[in-house]
Amino acid sequence: MKQPNQPLIFEQSKSGRVAYSLPETNIPEQSLSDILPEASIRNEEPALPEVSELQLVRHYTALSNRNYGVDSGFYPLGSCTMKYNPKINEETARMAGFAATHPYQPETQVQGNLEMMHDLQQALAEITGMDEVTLQPAAGAQGEWTGLMLIRALHEANGETERTEVIVPDSAHGTNPASATVAGFDHVTVRTDARGLVDLEHLKEVTGERTAALMLTNPNTLGLFEEDIMEIADTIHRAGGRLYYDGANSNAIMGITRPGDMGFDVVHLNLHKTFTGPHGGGGPGSGPVGVKKELIPYLPGPVLTKENDKYYWDKDRPHSIGRVKPYYGNFGINVRAYTYIRTMGAEGLKKVSEYAVLNANYLMRRLEPYFDLPYGRHCKHEFVISGRRQKQLGVRTLDIAKRLLDYGYHPPTIYFPINVEECMMVEPTETEAKETLDAFADAMIEIAREAEESSEMVQEAPHTTVVGRLDETLAARKPVLTYNTETSLKSMK
Amino acid sequence: MDYRYLPVTGEDKEEMLKTIGVDAIDELFEDVPENIRFAGEMDLPKALGETDLLKEMKRLSDRNANVQDCVSYLGAGVYEHYIPTVVDHVLRRSEFYTAYTPYQPEISQGELQAIFEFQTMISELTGMDIANSSMYDGPTALAEAALMAASENRGKRRTIVVSETIHPEALDVLKTYAAGPGLTVKIVPEKDGRTDLDKLEKTIDADTAGVIVQYPNFYGTIEDLAAVRQAADKENSLMIVSANPLSLGILTPPGHFGADIVAGDAQPLGIPMQFGGPHCGFFATTKKHIRKVPGRLVGQTEDEDGSRGYVLTLQAREQHIRRDKATSNICSNQALNALAASVAMTALGKKGLRETAERNIKGTHFLKQLLKQKGIQVVHESPSFNEFVINLSRPVSEVNEQLFQHGIIGGYDLGKVSADKKGQMLVCVTELRTREQLETFADQLEVLIHETA
Repeated sequence: MKQPNQPLIFEQSKSGRVAYSLPETNIPEQSLSDILPEASIRNEEPALPEVSELQLVRHYTALSNRNYGVDSGFYPLGSCTMKYNPKINEETARMAGFAATHPYQPETQVQGNLEMMHDLQQALAEITGMDEVTLQPAAGAQGEWTGLMLIRALHEANGETERTEVIVPDSAHGTNPASATVAGFDHVTVRTDARGLVDLEHLKEVTGERTAALMLTNPNTLGLFEEDIMEIADTIHRAGGRLYYDGANSNAIMGITRPGDMGFDVVHLNLHKTFTGPHGGGGPGSGPVGVKKELIPYLPGPVLTKENDKYYWDKDRPHSIGRVKPYYGNFGINVRAYTYIRTMGAEGLKKVSEYAVLNANYLMRRLEPYFDLPYGRHCKHEFVISGRRQKQLGVRTLDIAKRLLDYGYHPPTIYFPINVEECMMVEPTETEAKETLDAFADAMIEIAREAEESSEMVQEAPHTTVVGRLDETLAARKPVLTYNTETSLKSMK
Repeated sequence: MDYRYLPVTGEDKEEMLKTIGVDAIDELFEDVPENIRFAGEMDLPKALGETDLLKEMKRLSDRNANVQDCVSYLGAGVYEHYIPTVVDHVLRRSEFYTAYTPYQPEISQGELQAIFEFQTMISELTGMDIANSSMYDGPTALAEAALMAASENRGKRRTIVVSETIHPEALDVLKTYAAGPGLTVKIVPEKDGRTDLDKLEKTIDADTAGVIVQYPNFYGTIEDLAAVRQAADKENSLMIVSANPLSLGILTPPGHFGADIVAGDAQPLGIPMQFGGPHCGFFATTKKHIRKVPGRLVGQTEDEDGSRGYVLTLQAREQHIRRDKATSNICSNQALNALAASVAMTALGKKGLRETAERNIKGTHFLKQLLKQKGIQVVHESPSFNEFVINLSRPVSEVNEQLFQHGIIGGYDLGKVSADKKGQMLVCVTELRTREQLETFADQLEVLIHETA
């Protein structure tokens, strides 16, 4: 139901209120002007809020009540793997030895951290079939860019500087071409064929002596397994290129097949997806990168090394592409991922992928009679349906998504991949019970019926959320990105 | 074995397979070619039940010396500060941490409003018009600032001029990022703990897209931003400042000196050190650059009834729309840590932020004086925020080993940055250090520097 606005924290501020208490220090009083030159001292205070502790807690509790997470309900956001975030992960990551250690403590003081990182690297190498893993990249997109920089360094070392092109499928996530650009490559698109897979003939046309790499996720963004993967790998390798695996979709393949065995040379994983680091409302994530032997010399330094049961940082890496991130990556997320891997073990992770695929196929078949299914073969961990049929009734995919909000669900990813009209990309994950999938399917079927019988009601959805459909054009035309008194007055109307 | 995160029962499975029209889960994988099927079981450590796993993780955690049990003087980009209890309490609201990027604004108003407030607080602190919703960390935010500067002027300027006094790992990250588009990075040397302004002026030329300094810099001293602005203006280069947000509770913000971009890490505001990450990069700039800012932006708007609401906005800048034409590939950010920083800034408020910043300056100044009295050389005379350099004339690693025997984690060994700084230690004092601790530290150091190794 529509609710009155939650006032901004600034609008609740009153001079004289505090929500902190600094520790006693007994340091003798000194005058600031004796320490700092006048020009260095700020003459105007930043307009931070002044509230009591209870006001603070009520404010953020109110905001959390205006938010929807996996713990709130079903969140089948395709390509994001919105699975359950185990609570034990939150406990382990907060243990003092992990949370209250400084990255510049000598290695001898932090052997526990290094042991954990080392074992996590090994586990990820085993899961992906790669020879070495770095935990430095902060997220998937940074992992992609890191991987491409590694491939670039390899080509340069081999004197193959003419390899300036990265091939990306038309169904790829936007970060793929963007990462290619940031890594200094041009990007070339390869088409998807009628099966929903990489068009092999087209791939052969666009592959050549300028090919630096092909970026691919398998299963692809349509949720389909690229069954020609060995031929794809062969095509790229024979031309002298390398294969990059976007690990966004690795939830479908653990213990079933490994990127390293499919011919991939570099892989990144999204630990906040497959490995349950929470999504945090947009991050932090963690994007480790695994490589085959020939790329090890180029890994970002320093590299974690084990010798006689002691762990240390190897900083002597003359061929390294350099640092991609300060310190050692998003360590706190890596603790969570390690906790998860230790919870599940090898058998458990394989079951994760099997049930992720079972859930996706079940949901797909339940929806098939009511929505267009552009690719009918068995899917992997996610599938794509199209709202084409409903569009003819004047109901767009956006409307269906908004109507789902009224039923209490987070909608699927919509309008992605961009090569499917009125696309909805559904990823249920393995942590959802059959009852949840059935209830969601019933809601979708009901919306399909509503589209036929009362399309206007669907077009005007959502009807039950705290705000109605928001004017995104206004937001972009007259950007208001910070609070000021003017906007405050407006809200008081 | 039963798994508590997997709800599918044998009966469920049978019903689901029937609906799908197959007999076994295996059939769903028949498109995975036989020759790439993984045979056997992955070689992973065995699964542990909840109790045993907590024990194992505690064993690992206990193998580390943590700053709660020791007294630490390490800073160098990552700081141990007071974190109000409410911060973690708010972060544990799972409506926040189990959500993703707020693509559906109607059910994400909480996250969007919190980020809108974060953007406002960062703009206020830095003295800039706008701020984005966060970046991975300070150094990558700074590198993205350099890329954004180079994309202005239709990408014609190809050089970034950077002071040697920025964080050495930030410099490393900058070089890696610059290698992609092939930008030139020119380094201006340090002089007495600050950027050599004469050399800075001489290095900036018509090809300089941006000039980067850190404030306070890596050695804890406060750069002359007015002079940097002047130098950058001669060639119309952008001025990019990497700033410690806590210091801006007391220091004149870069925006007041005319900075074009202010980047940095919000870690000092409510975010645990966590062995170096995740922290929280921030990115603030002027309205002029609004359509080139990397990362997510939250904007205020209205619904059809005119009620105030928030959405992700100006998305045409971003990778999912612009793809290869985007100036940045960033997708996920550090939203949860931006929330932590917002809660910490709210808890501290206007008064607390200033008081905390002041405590850092005064504690640092107190230790500086104390060490001088003990005959320990303070290398730079310039004012500090919460760090300064001392010369021990002994290998710092050796001194730190001895300090550690007394439960003290010593400062950062500057010999790791350059050979001519061997024997120099970067010491950090925050509001958490008491007078007694500082006096003990000074006494210990006095003993140690007079010992022969």
